[in-house]
Amino acid sequence: MANQGPAYYSPYPTAVYEGIITPPEGKALLLTKVVDEETAMREVARVMLTSENATIFPGPQVLYGYNEEAKKKAKLIKEMSEVLNAKMIPMYDYRPKYPKIDAEVEINPNHPNLTIWHNNIKAAIFIGVHCHYANVALKIVRCETDCYTIAMCGLSGHEDAMATLRDMHSHELEKFIKIAREVKSELKL
Amino acid sequence: MGTHIYKINPEFRDIMPKEIIDLEENATWSDTTDKRGIKELPETKELLEEHSLCAGCPEAAALRYVLAALPKPEDTVIVNSTGCTSLMFPHIALHTVHSLFGNQNAVATGIKRVLDWRFPDIEKDVVVLAGDGATVDIGLDYTLQSFFRQENITTICFDNEVYANTGGQESGATPKGQVFKMAPTGKKFEKVKMWELAVTSGCHYSMNMTASAPKAVAKAVREAIFVARYLGPTFLNIYTPCILEIGLNANEGLREMKEQDKERFAAFKFVSPEAEELLAKLKEEGRL
Ligand SMILES: Cc1ncc(C[n+]2csc(CCOP(=O)(O)OP(=O)(O)O)c2C)c(N)n1
Ligand code: SF4
Ligand SMILES: [Mg+2]
Repeated sequence: MANQGPAYYSPYPTAVYEGIITPPEGKALLLTKVVDEETAMREVARVMLTSENATIFPGPQVLYGYNEEAKKKAKLIKEMSEVLNAKMIPMYDYRPKYPKIDAEVEINPNHPNLTIWHNNIKAAIFIGVHCHYANVALKIVRCETDCYTIAMCGLSGHEDAMATLRDMHSHELEKFIKIAREVKSELKL
Repeated sequence: MGTHIYKINPEFRDIMPKEIIDLEENATWSDTTDKRGIKELPETKELLEEHSLCAGCPEAAALRYVLAALPKPEDTVIVNSTGCTSLMFPHIALHTVHSLFGNQNAVATGIKRVLDWRFPDIEKDVVVLAGDGATVDIGLDYTLQSFFRQENITTICFDNEVYANTGGQESGATPKGQVFKMAPTGKKFEKVKMWELAVTSGCHYSMNMTASAPKAVAKAVREAIFVARYLGPTFLNIYTPCILEIGLNANEGLREMKEQDKERFAAFKFVSPEAEELLAKLKEEGRL
């Protein structure tokens, strides 16, 4: 791999090398396909509701109440976790943990796979994680685990997640929660 | 920036680790206390969580004093350089920038200028903290140039008189005759008196000291930062011996520093007349 030029610097088989790119505005990404946002929301809700140990990883942009949008999102994410019956494990900052992280209760972008392995997480939502760290974490998780990762991104999304919902602000989160409730009752959960 | 950015949303309080709750509740910031200082180290949450230096390394103690003395940590950016010091930086709960080895004063210059342009109404402090190899040796050019240009930054050199992180090579700050693992024939010329060069090069405040007395370090840091904020470049040279490279045990760093208080690191303090005036005024206002 190392001999194949700068694009192959990464030791991980990242999504862009397989031709996967972030979805255009108004659309979402499901595995390798660009789909309508609502289709992706339904599938994401289904995966979270039916996977073992589904977990939400909230990042600094929603954990701390540094503006009104962050405070609003915090309430919605809590509600989302209840609807999805999902656990929450915080990625509260990006400092590497020394000598080691407590993989039971926290996640770190530099070794996110540890938390996923430890808790046997089969589906996870990343939300409020700054893009550059989400990129690092999602690449590692993609390569090292069989976890279905979902990026709920305020910007243009992350191709390394299995599913990416872009431009997810509080309004879109409300929409997602509504859809998740519907899916939940369809699944009779 | 205010400390409200550290306020944890109530929905997530129950899932946050204790050290993060402590950071919110029990760390000191400029809007929670008038005077931060080393006296609060035993009682408050420190900004350095853990570190990966050798047990007993005086650099770690000195960094704790520096962090405790920052007048406005939430509006401070610390720029560091590769070396043992840089092993502590990822664990600090503040903005820190790791620059390419030796480039720290150039990088700090850019950051300070942009901050002043971007936040004209907020006082932002930029502090360089790097080893002697980075400051007095490979990065000497950048260090001095920033003094010549009268940049408003504080430069703190953790002088352990050796390139420690790379296993013991001599630097400009190594004393004459000193032998290291990778300097087997001994240093051929005298230790560079960086604190004097700093004065010649335009620093308004320059000190040479050891980290043996926490209060003295904290006082110097605070004064140097205020002078840099309002007047121009300031410099602190602090002896933080590399106990590993000079063959001392973990509990012998303090004794070594105390001995050197009378030798190579005998107190040197230069304060320009303008800085004297400023410091007197700040004292009157109760800010020092
Ligand atoms: C551009 C560059 N040159 C050289 C190095 C190798 N290097 C890493 S740490 C170090 C020595 C640091 O010495 P000093 O600044 O005195 O810090 P200390 O480790 O003693 O605290 C060197 C030369 C590097 N990382 N980058
Ligand atoms: S090698 Fe020396 S300077 Fe580096 S951490 Fe160990 S004692 Fe400290
Ligand atoms: Mg050194």
